Amino acid sequence: MSFISLLWVLLLGSLLGLELIGKVPPTLHTPLMSGANAISGITMLAALTLIVKAEGNVPLLIIGSVSLGFALFNVVGGFFVTDRMLAMFSRKPSNKK
Amino acid sequence: MNLPIIIKFVIDLLAVLLLALGIKGLSKVKSARDANRLAAFAMSLSVVGLLSYYLGTSGIAIQSWIWIIIGSIIGSLFGAILAKKVPMTSMPETVALFNGCGGMSSLLVALGVAIFPISSGQENFDIFKSLINEVSISVSIFVGAITFTGSIVAMAKLQGWLSTPGWTQSKVRHFVNIVFAVASLIAFFDLINGNTSSIWLLVIISSLLGIGVTLPIGGADMPVVISLLNSYSGIAAAAAGFVVDSQLLIVAGAMVGAAGLILTQVMCKGMNRSLVSVLFGGSLSAQSTASSGSGEYTNITSCSVEECALTLEAANKVIIVPGYGLAVAQAQHTLREVTKKLEQNGIEVIYAIHPVAGRMPGHMNVLLAEADVPYEQLKEMDVVNPDFPATDVVLVLGANDVVNPQAKNDSSSPLYGMPVLDVQEARTVFVIKRGMSAGYSGIKNDLFDLPNTSMVFGDAKKVLNDLIGELKDLGVGEK
Repeated sequence: MSFISLLWVLLLGSLLGLELIGKVPPTLHTPLMSGANAISGITMLAALTLIVKAEGNVPLLIIGSVSLGFALFNVVGGFFVTDRMLAMFSRKPSNKK
Repeated sequence: MNLPIIIKFVIDLLAVLLLALGIKGLSKVKSARDANRLAAFAMSLSVVGLLSYYLGTSGIAIQSWIWIIIGSIIGSLFGAILAKKVPMTSMPETVALFNGCGGMSSLLVALGVAIFPISSGQENFDIFKSLINEVSISVSIFVGAITFTGSIVAMAKLQGWLSTPGWTQSKVRHFVNIVFAVASLIAFFDLINGNTSSIWLLVIISSLLGIGVTLPIGGADMPVVISLLNSYSGIAAAAAGFVVDSQLLIVAGAMVGAAGLILTQVMCKGMNRSLVSVLFGGSLSAQSTASSGSGEYTNITSCSVEECALTLEAANKVIIVPGYGLAVAQAQHTLREVTKKLEQNGIEVIYAIHPVAGRMPGHMNVLLAEADVPYEQLKEMDVVNPDFPATDVVLVLGANDVVNPQAKNDSSSPLYGMPVLDVQEARTVFVIKRGMSAGYSGIKNDLFDLPNTSMVFGDAKKVLNDLIGELKDLGVGEK
């Protein structure tokens, strides 16, 4: 893919991000932050690419693996913790008195 | 032959769509939980897409599989364990830690590619292409390192492991940070010029810059910083996308980067702070105590827990204003016991939640939800403000600046213009507080001087426990 089209991707992605969050109730700031944070762990794909293309280069395999570990720590932890927070909100209406 | 490419293209497209819907859904209470799961699903989908693409084209060596499995198991396991175990009160530092690790991941990818250039076969090595490569590697390292060290410092400060060193409040820090910034620029250009060894210089200097920028920022501004660092980690991911030529990474990273920026802006607005003053103004308390002479309190009424209990017993409507102090004392469960007693006596209890109550915007809602406070009793500031004149008792627990009437009345006050809760309109206000120390802004709170305000001194948790005892003695909540 050419550099120019990657720049287009960057531009459109940024615009999408700006559009997506218009009005967020303060209640959701913390979960939204941690959810978006989990998504930023998408670098795990880059780490995977690195490992696959390492072609037996052990130091590179190790760097890729450590990077993958960090990314997945971010992704898995981020989504779980967000779910835990949000579970507290959605539990409420059911035990309403 | 083109099938793997087409499949990957379709999966990537679907993943981007789902991620966008996920972020969108996370900004509404109703859809938030499903949206979070949707985003998690999209992420796993993208992994499947990538792996199947390589399986269908170049194949994946056994050795690669081994390292993939090792990395994923260790990372996911630690992430899951931490996410399950961590108490709700330490949410801000947890998010900071996760965020820092995302930045570290981007940093490592760029470092790996820089030290061992990967052969993708189809690349034609013209100068333009390699320049782009160098630039994206440098950006990824630069932003990744800042995100990592910045987040770790933020976490350490929130945990109380690190305090704000004195020198960071003086002008020296600007000088230090400018030196770091210039040095990283030099390393950057040196790297592009083909001097590969300066990559280590770039790593070290950007790490130091991350520390230097975060260290001077005061505790209550931390959420804004974490949100900003979250935005950075998106940018780092997008830069890593340029390094490994992945559109999906670029889109997702850019989305998180931009959304994080908006969220940061929204948070700043709620705290009546500009992003610039958060980043470069240093800790607010350090400036304002010096500049806007805080003045003495002249008319403080303090009262015992017993009096407070008697007044509460006679009330019809009580509003609780929880703040940072309540979160720090972890008294939300004790508070819930008090309010349960009051409710059993037929007293109407609601909680007034200032947009930035707690340690992070929205954090107070999470804490109170954890203590089983019914969601519909939590009222946002704009909804609850008209209610105060018809309220008998307001309990202010560990909140300070957000109930300071100066923000409305005194145009010379640094707080002026900040949205506040109009607690002084209520008949009686009890402020439970450890001492007369100023709030985060370091500004005198006029509320404490008002005739209808009484101070109950003590740790929030202890006072609430005593309150439970007193209410019990009065027979409240036992019928």
